[in-house]
Amino acid sequence: MADPMRIRAQSSGSGATVRVLMAHEMETGLRKDAAGKTIPAWFIQQVSASLNGKPVLSAQWGPSVAKNPFLQFNIKGAKAGDKVAITWLDNKGDTRTDEATVS
Amino acid sequence: MSAWRREGLRVALALALAGVSATAAAQGKSAADGIAEYRKMLEDGNPADLFEAKGESLWTTKRGPKNASLEACDLGKGPGVVKGAFVELPRWFADTQRVQDLESRLLTCMETLQGLKAAEIAATPFGRGEQANMEALAAYVSAASRGQRMNLPQAHLQEKVMYEVGKRAFYFRGGPMDFACATCHGEPGKRVRLQDLPDLTKNPGDGIGFAAWPAYRVSSGELWSMQRRLNDCYRQQRFPYPGYASDVTIALGVYMGVNAKGAESIAPAIKR
Repeated sequence: MADPMRIRAQSSGSGATVRVLMAHEMETGLRKDAAGKTIPAWFIQQVSASLNGKPVLSAQWGPSVAKNPFLQFNIKGAKAGDKVAITWLDNKGDTRTDEATVS
Repeated sequence: MSAWRREGLRVALALALAGVSATAAAQGKSAADGIAEYRKMLEDGNPADLFEAKGESLWTTKRGPKNASLEACDLGKGPGVVKGAFVELPRWFADTQRVQDLESRLLTCMETLQGLKAAEIAATPFGRGEQANMEALAAYVSAASRGQRMNLPQAHLQEKVMYEVGKRAFYFRGGPMDFACATCHGEPGKRVRLQDLPDLTKNPGDGIGFAAWPAYRVSSGELWSMQRRLNDCYRQQRFPYPGYASDVTIALGVYMGVNAKGAESIAPAIKR
Protein backbone atom coordinates (compact mmCIF):
# COMPACT_ATOMS: atom_id res chain seq x y z
CA MET A 1 0.00 0.00 0.00
CA ALA A 2 1.36 3.36 -0.99
CA ASP A 3 1.95 6.13 1.55
CA PRO A 4 -0.74 8.84 1.79
CA MET A 5 -0.63 12.11 -0.14
CA ARG A 6 -0.64 15.51 1.48
CA ILE A 7 -3.39 17.65 -0.09
CA ARG A 8 -4.07 21.27 0.73
CA ALA A 9 -6.97 23.06 -0.93
CA GLN A 10 -7.46 26.74 -0.18
CA SER A 11 -10.17 28.95 -1.63
CA SER A 12 -8.73 32.01 -3.35
CA GLY A 13 -10.73 34.53 -5.36
CA SER A 14 -13.43 32.76 -7.35
CA GLY A 15 -11.89 29.32 -7.00
CA ALA A 16 -9.46 27.22 -5.04
CA THR A 17 -5.73 26.56 -5.16
CA VAL A 18 -4.87 22.91 -4.67
CA ARG A 19 -1.41 21.72 -3.62
CA VAL A 20 -0.65 18.01 -3.69
CA LEU A 21 2.43 16.19 -2.49
CA MET A 22 2.58 12.54 -3.53
CA ALA A 23 4.83 9.93 -1.97
CA HIS A 24 6.29 7.92 -4.85
CA GLU A 25 9.71 6.60 -5.87
CA MET A 26 9.33 7.64 -9.55
CA GLU A 27 12.07 5.32 -10.84
CA THR A 28 12.93 6.06 -14.45
CA GLY A 29 14.08 2.55 -15.33
CA LEU A 30 17.45 3.93 -16.43
CA ARG A 31 19.26 3.84 -13.11
CA LYS A 32 21.42 0.99 -11.93
CA ASP A 33 21.85 -0.29 -8.40
CA ALA A 34 25.11 -0.95 -6.56
CA ALA A 35 25.39 -4.39 -8.19
CA GLY A 36 25.04 -2.90 -11.69
CA LYS A 37 21.56 -4.23 -12.27
CA THR A 38 18.93 -1.96 -13.80
CA ILE A 39 16.36 -0.73 -11.31
CA PRO A 40 12.98 -1.39 -12.97
CA ALA A 41 10.86 1.57 -14.01
CA TRP A 42 8.23 2.51 -11.46
CA PHE A 43 6.41 5.77 -11.94
CA ILE A 44 3.01 7.42 -11.86
CA GLN A 45 1.29 7.28 -15.24
CA GLN A 46 -2.07 8.87 -14.61
CA VAL A 47 -3.20 11.60 -12.27
CA SER A 48 -6.76 12.77 -11.97
CA ALA A 49 -8.54 15.27 -9.77
CA SER A 50 -12.21 15.69 -9.08
CA LEU A 51 -14.33 18.31 -7.35
CA ASN A 52 -17.31 16.78 -5.52
CA GLY A 53 -16.97 13.72 -7.73
CA LYS A 54 -16.86 15.66 -11.00
CA PRO A 55 -13.56 15.32 -12.93
CA VAL A 56 -11.64 18.60 -13.20
CA LEU A 57 -8.16 17.45 -14.22
CA SER A 58 -6.56 14.47 -15.82
CA ALA A 59 -2.91 14.17 -16.67
CA GLN A 60 -0.55 11.62 -18.13
CA TRP A 61 2.82 11.51 -16.43
CA GLY A 62 6.07 9.84 -17.35
CA PRO A 63 9.44 8.94 -15.86
CA SER A 64 10.77 12.50 -16.09
CA VAL A 65 8.67 13.66 -13.14
CA ALA A 66 10.67 13.93 -9.92
CA LYS A 67 10.54 11.64 -6.91
CA ASN A 68 7.87 12.62 -4.36
CA PRO A 69 6.17 14.90 -6.92
CA PHE A 70 4.47 18.16 -6.09
CA LEU A 71 1.46 19.33 -8.11
CA GLN A 72 -0.31 22.67 -7.85
CA PHE A 73 -3.37 23.80 -9.80
CA ASN A 74 -6.43 26.03 -9.54
CA ILE A 75 -10.07 25.00 -9.76
CA LYS A 76 -12.48 27.67 -10.95
CA GLY A 77 -15.73 27.93 -9.02
CA ALA A 78 -14.65 25.76 -6.06
CA LYS A 79 -16.01 26.93 -2.71
CA ALA A 80 -15.09 26.28 0.90
CA GLY A 81 -16.45 22.92 2.00
CA ASP A 82 -16.11 21.34 -1.45
CA LYS A 83 -14.35 17.99 -1.64
CA VAL A 84 -11.25 17.62 -3.79
CA ALA A 85 -10.12 14.07 -4.54
CA ILE A 86 -6.82 13.16 -6.19
CA THR A 87 -6.03 9.75 -7.66
CA TRP A 88 -2.83 8.44 -9.16
CA LEU A 89 -2.13 5.19 -10.95
CA ASP A 90 1.41 3.89 -11.53
CA ASN A 91 2.87 1.50 -14.09
CA LYS A 92 2.71 -1.41 -11.62
CA GLY A 93 -1.03 -0.93 -11.35
CA ASP A 94 -0.78 0.45 -7.84
CA THR A 95 -3.19 3.28 -7.13
CA ARG A 96 -3.94 5.70 -4.35
CA THR A 97 -6.79 8.15 -3.76
CA ASP A 98 -6.87 10.85 -1.13
CA GLU A 99 -9.41 13.54 -0.41
CA ALA A 100 -9.31 17.01 1.11
CA THR A 101 -11.87 19.69 1.87
CA VAL A 102 -11.49 23.21 0.47
CA SER A 103 -10.88 25.62 3.34
CA MET B 1 30.23 76.10 -23.29
CA SER B 2 26.70 77.39 -23.87
CA ALA B 3 23.93 76.75 -21.40
CA TRP B 4 21.95 74.36 -23.58
CA ARG B 5 24.99 72.27 -24.35
CA ARG B 6 25.82 72.00 -20.67
CA GLU B 7 22.24 70.93 -20.00
CA GLY B 8 22.46 68.33 -22.75
CA LEU B 9 25.66 66.96 -21.32
CA ARG B 10 24.07 66.66 -17.88
CA VAL B 11 21.14 64.71 -19.34
CA ALA B 12 23.49 62.42 -21.20
CA LEU B 13 25.51 61.86 -18.05
CA ALA B 14 22.37 61.14 -16.05
CA LEU B 15 21.24 58.63 -18.67
CA ALA B 16 24.65 57.00 -18.65
CA LEU B 17 24.54 56.74 -14.87
CA ALA B 18 21.03 55.31 -15.00
CA GLY B 19 22.28 52.75 -17.48
CA VAL B 20 25.11 51.79 -15.17
CA SER B 21 22.84 51.40 -12.17
CA ALA B 22 20.35 49.30 -14.16
CA THR B 23 23.14 46.92 -15.14
CA ALA B 24 24.31 46.82 -11.53
CA ALA B 25 20.81 45.89 -10.40
CA ALA B 26 20.68 43.03 -12.91
CA GLN B 27 24.09 41.81 -11.79
CA GLY B 28 23.17 42.36 -8.12
CA LYS B 29 21.20 39.12 -8.18
CA SER B 30 24.00 36.81 -7.14
CA ALA B 31 24.09 33.05 -7.48
CA ALA B 32 23.18 32.86 -3.79
CA ASP B 33 20.02 34.92 -4.45
CA GLY B 34 19.11 32.57 -7.28
CA ILE B 35 19.50 29.57 -4.98
CA ALA B 36 17.44 31.30 -2.29
CA GLU B 37 14.69 31.95 -4.85
CA TYR B 38 14.78 28.30 -5.93
CA ARG B 39 14.50 27.16 -2.31
CA LYS B 40 11.55 29.51 -1.77
CA MET B 41 9.76 27.90 -4.69
CA LEU B 42 10.46 24.41 -3.36
CA GLU B 43 9.38 25.25 0.19
CA ASP B 44 5.71 25.15 -0.72
CA GLY B 45 5.85 21.47 -1.52
CA ASN B 46 8.57 20.26 0.83
CA PRO B 47 8.44 16.44 0.69
CA ALA B 48 9.73 16.44 4.28
CA ASP B 49 5.99 16.72 5.04
CA LEU B 50 5.62 13.14 3.85
CA PHE B 51 8.37 11.95 6.21
CA GLU B 52 6.84 13.97 9.02
CA ALA B 53 3.47 12.25 8.50
CA LYS B 54 5.16 8.84 8.42
CA GLY B 55 7.08 9.66 11.61
CA GLU B 56 3.93 10.76 13.37
CA SER B 57 2.21 7.45 12.67
CA LEU B 58 5.38 5.52 13.65
CA TRP B 59 5.45 7.40 16.97
CA THR B 60 2.00 6.08 17.91
CA THR B 61 2.26 2.62 16.32
CA LYS B 62 2.86 -0.37 18.58
CA ARG B 63 6.01 -2.08 17.23
CA GLY B 64 8.96 -4.25 18.18
CA PRO B 65 9.25 -7.37 20.36
CA LYS B 66 7.57 -5.50 23.26
CA ASN B 67 4.72 -4.33 21.01
CA ALA B 68 4.86 -0.77 22.35
CA SER B 69 4.61 2.70 20.83
CA LEU B 70 7.09 5.52 21.43
CA GLU B 71 4.47 7.69 23.12
CA ALA B 72 6.15 7.20 26.53
CA CYS B 73 9.55 8.26 25.16
CA ASP B 74 11.25 11.01 27.17
CA LEU B 75 13.06 13.38 24.81
CA GLY B 76 14.11 15.64 27.67
CA LYS B 77 10.88 17.42 28.49
CA GLY B 78 9.14 14.49 30.16
CA PRO B 79 7.66 11.24 28.81
CA GLY B 80 5.66 11.78 25.63
CA VAL B 81 6.44 15.51 25.26
CA VAL B 82 7.55 16.09 21.66
CA LYS B 83 6.85 19.78 21.20
CA GLY B 84 9.88 21.89 22.02
CA ALA B 85 12.15 18.90 22.66
CA PHE B 86 14.17 19.26 19.45
CA VAL B 87 15.52 22.77 20.15
CA GLU B 88 16.98 21.55 23.48
CA LEU B 89 18.86 18.55 22.08
CA PRO B 90 21.56 17.24 22.57
CA ARG B 91 21.24 17.33 26.37
CA TRP B 92 22.11 15.30 29.47
CA PHE B 93 19.83 12.37 30.35
CA ALA B 94 19.92 11.05 33.90
CA ASP B 95 18.57 7.57 33.04
CA THR B 96 21.31 6.73 30.55
CA GLN B 97 23.95 8.92 32.28
CA ARG B 98 24.88 10.34 28.89
CA VAL B 99 24.54 13.45 26.77
CA GLN B 100 22.35 12.36 23.85
CA ASP B 101 21.22 13.89 20.60
CA LEU B 102 17.86 13.27 18.93
CA GLU B 103 18.87 10.11 17.09
CA SER B 104 20.73 8.48 19.97
CA ARG B 105 17.82 9.27 22.28
CA LEU B 106 15.38 7.73 19.79
CA LEU B 107 17.60 4.63 19.73
CA THR B 108 17.40 4.45 23.53
CA CYS B 109 13.61 4.70 23.44
CA MET B 110 13.31 2.11 20.67
CA GLU B 111 15.44 -0.28 22.72
CA THR B 112 13.94 0.27 26.17
CA LEU B 113 10.30 0.73 25.14
CA GLN B 114 9.96 -1.36 21.99
CA GLY B 115 12.72 -3.91 22.54
CA LEU B 116 14.44 -3.17 19.21
CA LYS B 117 18.23 -3.59 19.08
CA ALA B 118 19.86 -0.16 19.10
CA ALA B 119 23.26 -1.50 18.01
CA GLU B 120 21.66 -3.26 15.04
CA ILE B 121 19.83 -0.10 13.94
CA ALA B 122 23.03 1.95 14.31
CA ALA B 123 24.84 -0.51 12.02
CA THR B 124 22.10 -0.44 9.35
CA PRO B 125 22.95 1.61 6.24
CA PHE B 126 21.16 4.96 5.92
CA GLY B 127 17.72 4.85 4.35
CA ARG B 128 17.13 1.11 4.83
CA GLY B 129 14.98 -0.81 7.28
CA GLU B 130 14.82 0.79 10.71
CA GLN B 131 17.13 3.60 9.57
CA ALA B 132 14.39 4.76 7.19
CA ASN B 133 12.06 4.82 10.18
CA MET B 134 14.62 6.82 12.17
CA GLU B 135 14.64 9.48 9.46
CA ALA B 136 10.86 9.75 9.56
CA LEU B 137 10.89 9.96 13.36
CA ALA B 138 13.59 12.66 13.26
CA ALA B 139 11.44 14.63 10.79
CA TYR B 140 8.40 14.30 13.04
CA VAL B 141 10.16 15.32 16.27
CA SER B 142 11.98 18.27 14.70
CA ALA B 143 8.81 19.50 12.97
CA ALA B 144 7.08 19.70 16.35
CA SER B 145 9.54 22.48 17.28
CA ARG B 146 9.43 24.36 13.98
CA GLY B 147 9.68 28.11 14.56
CA GLN B 148 11.14 27.77 18.03
CA ARG B 149 14.61 29.01 18.90
CA MET B 150 17.61 26.80 19.61
CA ASN B 151 18.09 26.69 23.36
CA LEU B 152 20.46 23.89 24.36
CA PRO B 153 21.04 23.46 28.09
CA GLN B 154 24.60 23.89 29.40
CA ALA B 155 23.86 23.50 33.11
CA HIS B 156 25.18 19.96 33.57
CA LEU B 157 28.92 19.40 33.77
CA GLN B 158 28.76 16.68 31.09
CA GLU B 159 27.05 19.10 28.69
CA LYS B 160 29.93 21.52 29.16
CA VAL B 161 32.44 18.71 28.67
CA MET B 162 30.70 17.65 25.45
CA TYR B 163 30.82 21.25 24.20
CA GLU B 164 34.59 21.31 24.76
CA VAL B 165 35.02 17.90 23.11
CA GLY B 166 32.87 19.05 20.17
CA LYS B 167 34.95 22.18 19.78
CA ARG B 168 38.15 20.15 19.64
CA ALA B 169 36.64 17.71 17.14
CA PHE B 170 35.52 20.69 15.06
CA TYR B 171 39.06 22.07 14.84
CA PHE B 172 40.77 18.68 14.57
CA ARG B 173 42.67 18.45 11.30
CA GLY B 174 43.42 15.13 9.69
CA GLY B 175 42.88 12.77 6.81
CA PRO B 176 44.65 12.77 3.42
CA MET B 177 43.55 16.37 2.74
CA ASP B 178 44.39 17.69 6.22
CA PHE B 179 40.86 18.98 6.67
CA ALA B 180 38.90 19.97 9.74
CA CYS B 181 35.23 20.99 10.03
CA ALA B 182 36.64 24.47 10.66
CA THR B 183 38.37 24.51 7.26
CA CYS B 184 35.01 25.13 5.60
CA HIS B 185 32.81 26.22 8.50
CA GLY B 186 35.22 28.36 10.53
CA GLU B 187 34.60 31.74 8.91
CA PRO B 188 31.70 33.41 7.08
CA GLY B 189 31.32 33.86 3.32
CA LYS B 190 32.64 30.50 2.13
CA ARG B 191 30.92 28.14 -0.23
CA VAL B 192 31.24 24.79 -2.01
CA ARG B 193 30.19 25.40 -5.62
CA LEU B 194 26.86 27.22 -5.16
CA GLN B 195 26.17 26.14 -1.61
CA ASP B 196 26.81 28.77 1.02
CA LEU B 197 28.65 27.32 3.98
CA PRO B 198 27.50 28.53 7.38
CA ASP B 199 30.04 29.72 9.93
CA LEU B 200 29.33 27.22 12.70
CA THR B 201 31.65 28.78 15.27
CA LYS B 202 28.88 31.27 16.10
CA ASN B 203 25.14 31.66 15.47
CA PRO B 204 24.90 31.58 11.66
CA GLY B 205 21.34 32.96 11.70
CA ASP B 206 17.76 31.72 11.68
CA GLY B 207 17.20 28.46 9.84
CA ILE B 208 20.86 28.07 8.82
CA GLY B 209 23.29 25.33 9.80
CA PHE B 210 22.30 23.37 12.89
CA ALA B 211 18.79 24.92 12.84
CA ALA B 212 18.09 23.57 9.32
CA TRP B 213 18.66 19.82 9.81
CA PRO B 214 16.98 17.30 9.45
CA ALA B 215 16.30 18.31 5.84
CA TYR B 216 14.95 16.84 2.62
CA ARG B 217 17.63 16.65 -0.08
CA VAL B 218 16.01 17.27 -3.46
CA SER B 219 19.05 15.93 -5.32
CA SER B 220 18.80 12.50 -3.71
CA GLY B 221 15.14 12.48 -2.66
CA GLU B 222 16.12 11.52 0.88
CA LEU B 223 15.55 12.95 4.30
CA TRP B 224 18.83 13.52 6.08
CA SER B 225 19.08 13.75 9.84
CA MET B 226 21.99 15.53 11.53
CA GLN B 227 23.72 12.15 11.95
CA ARG B 228 23.69 11.59 8.21
CA ARG B 229 24.74 15.18 7.54
CA LEU B 230 27.79 14.72 9.80
CA ASN B 231 28.54 11.33 8.27
CA ASP B 232 28.68 12.96 4.84
CA CYS B 233 30.79 15.89 6.12
CA TYR B 234 33.35 13.35 7.26
CA ARG B 235 33.15 11.56 3.91
CA GLN B 236 33.88 14.84 2.16
CA GLN B 237 36.86 15.38 4.44
CA ARG B 238 38.03 11.81 3.61
CA PHE B 239 37.97 10.94 7.30
CA PRO B 240 36.94 7.46 8.45
CA TYR B 241 33.17 7.34 8.94
CA PRO B 242 32.04 8.17 12.46
CA GLY B 243 29.83 5.62 14.22
CA TYR B 244 26.10 6.32 14.10
CA ALA B 245 25.07 8.25 17.23
CA SER B 246 28.65 8.01 18.50
CA ASP B 247 29.95 10.39 21.15
CA VAL B 248 31.97 12.47 18.69
CA THR B 249 28.89 13.18 16.55
CA ILE B 250 26.89 14.09 19.65
CA ALA B 251 29.72 16.35 20.88
CA LEU B 252 29.74 18.14 17.50
CA GLY B 253 25.98 18.51 17.83
CA VAL B 254 26.40 20.11 21.26
CA TYR B 255 29.07 22.47 19.89
CA MET B 256 27.01 23.58 16.88
CA GLY B 257 23.74 23.69 18.81
CA VAL B 258 25.07 25.78 21.69
CA ASN B 259 26.74 28.15 19.21
CA ALA B 260 23.42 28.50 17.36
CA LYS B 261 21.57 29.56 20.53
CA GLY B 262 18.64 31.81 19.59
CA ALA B 263 18.52 30.70 15.94
CA GLU B 264 15.03 29.81 14.73
CA SER B 265 14.66 26.14 13.79
CA ILE B 266 13.10 25.54 10.36
CA ALA B 267 13.70 21.77 10.45
CA PRO B 268 12.81 19.69 8.58
CA ALA B 269 14.06 22.07 5.90
CA ILE B 270 14.55 21.58 2.16
CA LYS B 271 17.96 21.54 0.51
CA ARG B 272 18.99 21.41 -3.13
